Amino acid sequence: MEFLNTIGLDHYLVISAILFGFGLFAIVTRKNAIVVLMGVELILNAANINLLAFSKYNGGMEGVMFSLFVIVLAAAEAAIALAIVINIYKTFNTVDLSSVDSMKE
Amino acid sequence: MTNTTYTVIFYLFAAITVFSAAFVVFSRNVIYSAFSLLFTFFGVAALYVFLSADFIAVTQIVVYVGGILVLLLFGVMFTNKIMMTDLKTDVLNIVPGLLILVATVGGLIHVFVQRADWLVSADQLQGSVVERIGFETMSRYVLPFEMASILLLLALIGAAFLARFDKAEKNEQ
Repeated sequence: MEFLNTIGLDHYLVISAILFGFGLFAIVTRKNAIVVLMGVELILNAANINLLAFSKYNGGMEGVMFSLFVIVLAAAEAAIALAIVINIYKTFNTVDLSSVDSMKE
Repeated sequence: MTNTTYTVIFYLFAAITVFSAAFVVFSRNVIYSAFSLLFTFFGVAALYVFLSADFIAVTQIVVYVGGILVLLLFGVMFTNKIMMTDLKTDVLNIVPGLLILVATVGGLIHVFVQRADWLVSADQLQGSVVERIGFETMSRYVLPFEMASILLLLALIGAAFLARFDKAEKNEQ
């Protein structure tokens, strides 16, 4: 009961572990490339929660700055990945990852 | 704000985050997944506020909800013929996937909560963090900051180049 009442570092770690698991599940099981991208975003968010939690309970600024750069990289990654997905759609007429099995049509 | 209110609000946002993330993963409709991801991002931003990283929370809302989610929705619209195909996606490897999910989450929670003994500092981050982010960006992190700007420019050019409308290809068809 004491664990549930006072919010500490462990609570954030548990939430980030659950988000990481869901992201991994999306990457492993889904066939649509866009949903796989959503899984990657979930994993990045889980990593960010961990960075910020450790930063808060350590008192330093390293985790905060690092999470800022993670967000920047996530934006760049999403733009490039969607350009690639649109190219895959132009070439194969589908975004089903299990039917994309050659380098060119 | 009393301690009980704080706890209740924390659990509310934690529940929103976790359940909408589960819906993103388990929903078979891509559009439902995308809109559920909206709630996940907002919930995570609220958790950032609890971690006294208010600037990161606002950045999360601006970049993720305003940028990445719109981009993902554009991707869904570009890659589905809206009127013809239903937007459902198949799921494969569901049993190995569930095994990996349970093993990963169980292992991580066991290590984080049971095995590890985190030493918590006496001077935790308090209040707003905006001013300190400004100082850090312009002093210790000025090189990564500039590199991030160059990387964003490169990503912009690369994405525009990859996804451009090809005139020569269109004429051949």
